[in-house]
Amino acid sequence: SPQVVWSMLGNRQFCSYKMTTKTQNFCRNEYNLTGLCNRSSCPLANSQYATIREEKGRCYLYMKAIERAAFPRRLWERVLLNKNYEKALEQIDENLIYWPRFIRHKCKQRFTKITQYLIRIRKLTLKRQRKLVPLRRKIERRERRREEKALIAAQLDNAIEKELLERLKQDTYGDIYNFPIHAFDKALQQQGAESESESDAEREEEDDEDVDKREFVEAEDSDLSDFEDMDKLETSSEEEQEEEEEVEKKASHSKSKGKTPLKGPARRKRPYIEIEYEEETEPTTKTKAA
Amino acid sequence: APPKAIPKTIENQRVYDETTVDPNDEEVAFDEATDEFAPYFNRQTVPKILITTSDRPRGRTVRFCEQLATVIPNSHVYYRRGLALKRIIPQCIARDFTDLIVINEDRKIPNGLVLSHLPDGPTAHFRMSSVRLRKEIKRKGKEPTEHVPEVILNNFTTRLGHSIGRMFASLFPHDPQFIGRQVATFHNQRDYIFFRFHRYIFKSEKKVGIQELGPRFTLKLRSLQKGTFDSKFGEYEWIHKRREMDTSRRKFHL
Repeated sequence: SPQVVWSMLGNRQFCSYKMTTKTQNFCRNEYNLTGLCNRSSCPLANSQYATIREEKGRCYLYMKAIERAAFPRRLWERVLLNKNYEKALEQIDENLIYWPRFIRHKCKQRFTKITQYLIRIRKLTLKRQRKLVPLRRKIERRERRREEKALIAAQLDNAIEKELLERLKQDTYGDIYNFPIHAFDKALQQQGAESESESDAEREEEDDEDVDKREFVEAEDSDLSDFEDMDKLETSSEEEQEEEEEVEKKASHSKSKGKTPLKGPARRKRPYIEIEYEEETEPTTKTKAA
Repeated sequence: APPKAIPKTIENQRVYDETTVDPNDEEVAFDEATDEFAPYFNRQTVPKILITTSDRPRGRTVRFCEQLATVIPNSHVYYRRGLALKRIIPQCIARDFTDLIVINEDRKIPNGLVLSHLPDGPTAHFRMSSVRLRKEIKRKGKEPTEHVPEVILNNFTTRLGHSIGRMFASLFPHDPQFIGRQVATFHNQRDYIFFRFHRYIFKSEKKVGIQELGPRFTLKLRSLQKGTFDSKFGEYEWIHKRREMDTSRRKFHL
């Protein structure tokens, strides 16, 4: 009889479906109505019992009756419920018509919950699914190692520098950078003697102009680090955009004075004192100090 | 004594790939004149790029997106907010975007990149690794300016590599501003594409100095699809099949 069953399974002896936690006892039996381990919720300890279970999206009402307690195979009677929510509720009602209130109520609650989560599943499958692809450790390690080796083999800095120099040689930058030594020689060879006289004339004209335009600025250290150079060059390049003409003239002026050692574009494009001048002033200041 | 032998490197011993592009190949030239990048290379379209991520991007990915947007001119970052790609793409085409970049992330770091050329162009799916943000790179440079950078594409030899290279080239506007002295490099080495962004300065005729600014990352091509992004019905031009393609250490596809 059910009372005996419950007195055994409920508290004293072992029930394999029972799971205990600190606050509550759960029942893992698949026919359990609420999921908790109670006197009224245990499908083993109640001879008249009903549950709702769903299979592949359809809900069924399972009922257990005392008459069939001796036949485990025919114990649970199954009724397919209507897809319509209200009609299914009516079905539950008419099937469990004289059953205890508790079971009826809990069945309907469970049915509601199940339909809600089925709706949610259907909505989510329409949205994007996230597919988890497992990483393979060996392959990951192999890829990482190969990447490192490829990085070393690539020698990126050298490659980039080579490419940039190639482009400079191919004249893709046009007239922005003037490295007079090579270009000037080439120009000389190509054009011949006539161009030399022309360029001489240009030189003289530009000298006259530049004498008027030149401003005297304080002497700068010639040992600028590269990065400072670059920063200054950025600012000077911004100035350049405004004063294009002056740049061109100064550039061509520096072309004529091609033999002075170049200290980077920063030197050329700003007004500067000739180097010879600087050397003369330095020793005089030293002697004065002494 | 025997003369010193040339050391064997993987590049030396590379298995000859029959799809290597010959610079004078007519067929390839004809292909390139008629493929999806032709309007770009004929200067008819200006690239306009949309950068986005997968759902719920975390800090690193967001910052990486922003930095990428500064590197590539004329690019915009938009948050994903759970929108389906198939619905984004027609909207992008309507708003005149030429390229779409989706950065996929996993556990707060970006690990994948989907680059698709929009008006019905090829889609390339890469695996991204070793991403370094700007503050993690050891250098003293400032941020990239708004100038259009130059583009360097190294070592894209095979036919497949050629088309990928053109994809990258089509991200940047055609006329670089040399005043900016910035260069973006895509260097392919053994099927890994290294991206770097530098500022260069010519110290003399034979010497150039470069200073790294901007993010860096490496890409490995996973698949190339013919149409726009479509995982189910797309026509794949090339997929990386591990079993077949990773067998030899000297065989590369890009």
